[in-house]
Amino acid sequence: MLLGRNGAGKSTTMKSLIGLVRPLSGEIAFAGRRVERLQPYQIARLGLGYVPEERRIFTDLNVMENLEVGRQPPRENAPRWTPERLFELFPNLGRMRDRPGGRMSGGEQQMLTIARTLMGNPSAILLDEPSEGLAPVIVEQMARTILELKREGLCVLLSEQNLHFAQLVADRAYIVEKGQIRYSGSMAELAADDAVREQYLSV
Amino acid sequence: MTASAILIQFLNGLASASSLFMVAAGLSLIFGVTRIVNFAHGSLYMLGLYLSYSLFELLGGGPLGFWGGVIAAALIVAVFGALVEVLLLRRIYHAPELLQLLATFALGLIVKDVALWVWGPEDLLGPRAPGLAGAVEIAGRRFPEYDLFLIAIGPLVLGALWLLLTRTRWGTLVRAATEDREMAGALGVNQRWLFTGVFALGSLLAGLGGALQLPREPAQLFLDLSVISDAFVVVVVGGLGSIGGAFLAALLIAEIKSFCIGLGDVTLFGAVFSFSKLTLVVEFIVMAVVLVLRPWGLLGRAPAVARSSGAVEPPLVLPSPKLRLAGLAMLAALVLLPAVFSGYTLILMIDIMIFALFSVSLFFIMGPGGMHSFGHAAYFGLGAYGAGLLALKGGVPMELALALGPLCAAIGALAFGWFCVRLSGVYLAMLTLAFSQIAWSIVFQWDAFTGGSNGLVGIWPAAWLASKEAYYYLALSGCGLGVFALWRILYSPFGYALRAGRDSPLRADAIGIDVRTLQWAGFTLAGLAAGLAGALYAFSKGSISPETLSVPRSVDGLVMVLLGGIQSLTGPVWGAIVFTWLQDVVAREIDYWRAVLGAIILLLVLAFPGGLAGALGRLATRLSGGKAAPGAAT
Repeated sequence: MLLGRNGAGKSTTMKSLIGLVRPLSGEIAFAGRRVERLQPYQIARLGLGYVPEERRIFTDLNVMENLEVGRQPPRENAPRWTPERLFELFPNLGRMRDRPGGRMSGGEQQMLTIARTLMGNPSAILLDEPSEGLAPVIVEQMARTILELKREGLCVLLSEQNLHFAQLVADRAYIVEKGQIRYSGSMAELAADDAVREQYLSV
Repeated sequence: MTASAILIQFLNGLASASSLFMVAAGLSLIFGVTRIVNFAHGSLYMLGLYLSYSLFELLGGGPLGFWGGVIAAALIVAVFGALVEVLLLRRIYHAPELLQLLATFALGLIVKDVALWVWGPEDLLGPRAPGLAGAVEIAGRRFPEYDLFLIAIGPLVLGALWLLLTRTRWGTLVRAATEDREMAGALGVNQRWLFTGVFALGSLLAGLGGALQLPREPAQLFLDLSVISDAFVVVVVGGLGSIGGAFLAALLIAEIKSFCIGLGDVTLFGAVFSFSKLTLVVEFIVMAVVLVLRPWGLLGRAPAVARSSGAVEPPLVLPSPKLRLAGLAMLAALVLLPAVFSGYTLILMIDIMIFALFSVSLFFIMGPGGMHSFGHAAYFGLGAYGAGLLALKGGVPMELALALGPLCAAIGALAFGWFCVRLSGVYLAMLTLAFSQIAWSIVFQWDAFTGGSNGLVGIWPAAWLASKEAYYYLALSGCGLGVFALWRILYSPFGYALRAGRDSPLRADAIGIDVRTLQWAGFTLAGLAAGLAGALYAFSKGSISPETLSVPRSVDGLVMVLLGGIQSLTGPVWGAIVFTWLQDVVAREIDYWRAVLGAIILLLVLAFPGGLAGALGRLATRLSGGKAAPGAAT
């Protein structure tokens, strides 16, 4: 779990990991390889899934086609996904297979963007503020989904401003400020540490 | 027109629409995915036509020669397109989009000269299609069988493309990349091969469109530019990236053209009105109307706001004292020049100064204004014709004509600009192109007033300016003042507001800047300056032709600005110097000057993606130990 205020560098961290932003310095390793010089598609094919904050659904494509774009061959050591399995996880999507992405609600789009990334059968997944702009009911549903993904054996890196949501799903917490990690510890420790929360997270 | 004549014209239109659709669909696909406006697309069409001509002979004629030749020609063009993508375009996907345009334009120049070298300057008319050489009787008139075949092939290609794009994984990826290629990449889609594939497919369509015209039109060297402008119009009218829109627009434009030819000369209100002459311009009128009513084309949609906004333009800093000193030194050198050189050097220098002003005026709206004009020659030409006509037909003294000519251009820019500033990006560029084409065709066809294709002759300066030295000083003062005024304006509140409007129209709006009116004023100012360049040009040459406001002249301006670097103050001047000088030297010394020019442009684009001035600036920064102003701001 990456936590931090607006502009702290959470999204930039995630974009660097997937290769959309080139880091100015430093190394990034994933699946035993240095990846900071690779193209995004190469990093994705190593098994890293990325779910952007703005969702970036292909609005011209319907649900099935959006999933097709994300499809990659299955890999060892990672859960395998098919559209049918994803529709069990996201029953709403299964009822609107032919609907263009542009005519879906924000919550539905958020489900679709996660499902689309899972079609690549990643071994780890980056979720950038998945609770942002969603109704409280949907946020709870999202939390359940993330817990389900963890049970499948998927490694999840989440960025969040919503501490309540973070407490529901995360095991470990890292606090980012000005692009630096200022705190790391278990989520439970952070929840108990008022001083740290006051210093880095309160607005 | 009788009912049967109407039917035949309708069928003629359908037959012409097919090839037009194929070229436009290829252009649209390529633009949609790679965001490259492929200026060489008309060259691919031309190549397809020439290749099918040669392959017909090579394969021994007959049905195999014809049909095999057509298919082989299209495939060869597809392979050529793929090679171009891999060897050239891959290196410049991250360059500014206008530089990519420049590169494809240079490629077109090379293809044209290669065609000239291989096939010669003569028109080559192909054979009739074996099996479809006859004609059928429709409504009492004979109609070629081959045209019926063409009518059928358009919808067939549309259907095949639709199936490819909606029923295959490749097509789904293409559509996804068209919408958001960065996200497609983050999902593991390898864009490289997608781009190569799309470029090959687009080239295939262009090559096929050309090859299928073999029995209908001779292979000619000017086809590349005429086809690309038709294809641009179709793509823009239909909506960028929309294949269905391209089909609809191709039908619409081909039909309108066909009926204009069919109507011929019609007497309206006692005056003879020639509809067939209208064909030169009617598509541009259609495009202008469509763009004003539906700014994103018939089936197009407003472009999504760019996700990864391009590189932020560095601000224009005030020229350093050193640079000002260098400028003054250069001015002094120019003043002293006639003492050393005479004759041809002076003529060349006058040309260079005139084009420097033209180039800076285009830079003014393109760089700081953010309005990419593809039709800036219209204002150059209006200035030239305004001054020339006033002097020749109006009996106005030369000095006054020189002053009033630019005003004509400014009035033209005021009228056209009102429409143009309502659009942005490629659409604005296309509308400026349409207006320049309209202005060109009026000048080209109004024999009685403008002299038509012969132009105007005998536009001489007043007696006291007749010597080359005197005219040199006139050009130096006119162009010098014009360039300086434009530069000065960029550092006035008006200039700052113009740049604010370019960088963030919304925020500029929110702090009380009327962006549209501002851009309109900027557009008009640039027109005025281009008009001054045109008027000076007219009196320096003594004669002008419609070429002064043709598309190639607009492209010359673009090349100068882009060579110099679009966000650099002195860049357009350097671009004008290098381009005018190169054109002069290369065109005089070498038969295949276009290819050489194209190769030089390609090399420059590959070596200096930031333009010449950007490269010089970086060099200066390195030489002075990194303390000088950033390169792009010199």
